Amino acid sequence: MSADRLSVLKTYKLYVGGKFPRSESGRVYEVTDSKGDWLANAPLSSRKDARDAVVAARKAFGGWSGATAYNRGQVLYRVAEMLEGRRDQFVSEVAEAEGLSKAKATAQVDAAVDRWVWYAGWSDKVAQIAGSANPVAGPFFNLSTPEPTGVVAVLAPQDSSFLGLVSVLAPAIVTGNTAVVVASEKSPLPALSLAEVLATSDVPGGVVNVLSGRTGEIAAPLAAHQDVNAIDLAGAGPELAKELEASAADNLKRVLRPRPADWSADPGTERLLAFLETKTVWHPMGA
Amino acid sequence: MADVTASDGALRRFLHGLPGVDAVGLEARAAALGTRSIKTTAKAYAIDLAISMIDLTTLEGADTPGKVRALCAKGVNPDPTDRGAPKVAAICVYPDMVGTAKAALGDSGIHVASVATAFPSGRAGMPVKLADTTEAVAAGADEIDMVIDRGAFLSGRYLSVFEEIQQVKAACRRADGSAAHLKVIFETGELSTYDNVRRASWLAMLAGADFIKTSTGKVAVNATPPVTLLMLEAVRDFRDAVGVRVGVKPAGGIRTTKDAIKYLVMVNETLGEEWLTGEWFRFGASSLLNDLLMQRQKLSTGRYSGPDYVTVD
Repeated sequence: MSADRLSVLKTYKLYVGGKFPRSESGRVYEVTDSKGDWLANAPLSSRKDARDAVVAARKAFGGWSGATAYNRGQVLYRVAEMLEGRRDQFVSEVAEAEGLSKAKATAQVDAAVDRWVWYAGWSDKVAQIAGSANPVAGPFFNLSTPEPTGVVAVLAPQDSSFLGLVSVLAPAIVTGNTAVVVASEKSPLPALSLAEVLATSDVPGGVVNVLSGRTGEIAAPLAAHQDVNAIDLAGAGPELAKELEASAADNLKRVLRPRPADWSADPGTERLLAFLETKTVWHPMGA
Repeated sequence: MADVTASDGALRRFLHGLPGVDAVGLEARAAALGTRSIKTTAKAYAIDLAISMIDLTTLEGADTPGKVRALCAKGVNPDPTDRGAPKVAAICVYPDMVGTAKAALGDSGIHVASVATAFPSGRAGMPVKLADTTEAVAAGADEIDMVIDRGAFLSGRYLSVFEEIQQVKAACRRADGSAAHLKVIFETGELSTYDNVRRASWLAMLAGADFIKTSTGKVAVNATPPVTLLMLEAVRDFRDAVGVRVGVKPAGGIRTTKDAIKYLVMVNETLGEEWLTGEWFRFGASSLLNDLLMQRQKLSTGRYSGPDYVTVD
């Protein structure tokens, strides 16, 4: 390979309903590394891409939420295996995006894969934490179990392009929700590469949909969308978050407000439990 | 045109003398008309127009009087959150449900359409088909959707199809001299070629059809834009040749607002604004209405709507 070979820069695509479409608007934007050098083109999504992603997520919800917890866990473990195989690619993408040394980027990617595995393990354990057998004044078994809320719009953190992304996406889908992810505006490449990993693992199309572009532009229609059940505002600034929360109130979406986060710290169960509904059944005890 | 239907031979010579269909050109034209961008106020107009053209249909073995009544209620008032939404054109049911639908619709002005003549296959003797029609008309059907005998058509017995349509047309007469509107279904998915669709269109219009309709919705291939465009062109040519207006109804497979608007563009470009009314163009559909309502809500509120905000049927 000669030194003056032209580099082949990649134009990334969106991930919607298990397919890789270009943005409906036909727009792309230049993604640069932390020093301002051009890395690749990413699609600049429009509100119609958001709309299509919600339709895809809604379509996938029945199958994904209806799958057994064990099955969902296995599917997510498989994703972790695939991530491990693409480790070098993610390390270089994270290093370029966040201006980290190779060692620091490697630590981030490792932490992200570990976190994915950690959340995957929760799939068949969350009911024990969030569910209960309730004592009632009658001859009934009274059982509360957590159910996924539906379609969750996830605004991925702006600063932590991969560890932060995994930390908000994995807890939303492991419980059976489907997600529309808005990637970090400045560094969307790890998210778009994660989409390629998801497409080649066993995650059904539409369970995760990845959009890139201006967070404000894509988040507004998602927050107002009547068919989105919850929104995680991790990637929204204070001003935008306020606006989005107001429009999300219209159909009583569950809203997770942004707050300063150390993504490398133990995540706890907050995000895991944020997008659940409680179903309670009464069952006669019999003789 | 009376002489072309004088005998089987004359009718065959006429139908086979119709110009052949340029399939590539037809498909290209239909695709080109589908690329028009209809936005904002034009879109709002198109959505309301499309709603007012719907034959809201339930043709299932599992239809119950309750389901038909629910469908009628929806037809009268499609969007309970917005009383400004127009009502549909007709409710389309099996003959035994006509009475139920008629009672449920009352004086709303919505027509009751009934499929007849051994729908959807059309495989029954003539007395059975006529009895089917008479029963529906007697029960109060305003419109009859008949299926042609595709077996006879495909084997070239055009005159028997022609006479069948005429007899059913006669059976549509009511005692008071008025008549139910007759829609003739070709089941274009079973006619195999565009040439056959053109021939069937002329055949039905010559026999006195008030409407020509693409399909039953019960086979794999239903209404497609090229087939509908071809039928619209046949109607245009028939009007020019004979001076009689005929309506068109694509049915089956039209599920989204986008699709519906494409059809409206075709109607406008082929037959003109005169046909852009529920009197001359209909959509045979059930799930289309919900998508139209969701788009309507999006336009009026600015927020994307979802299936939780329209009725399940």
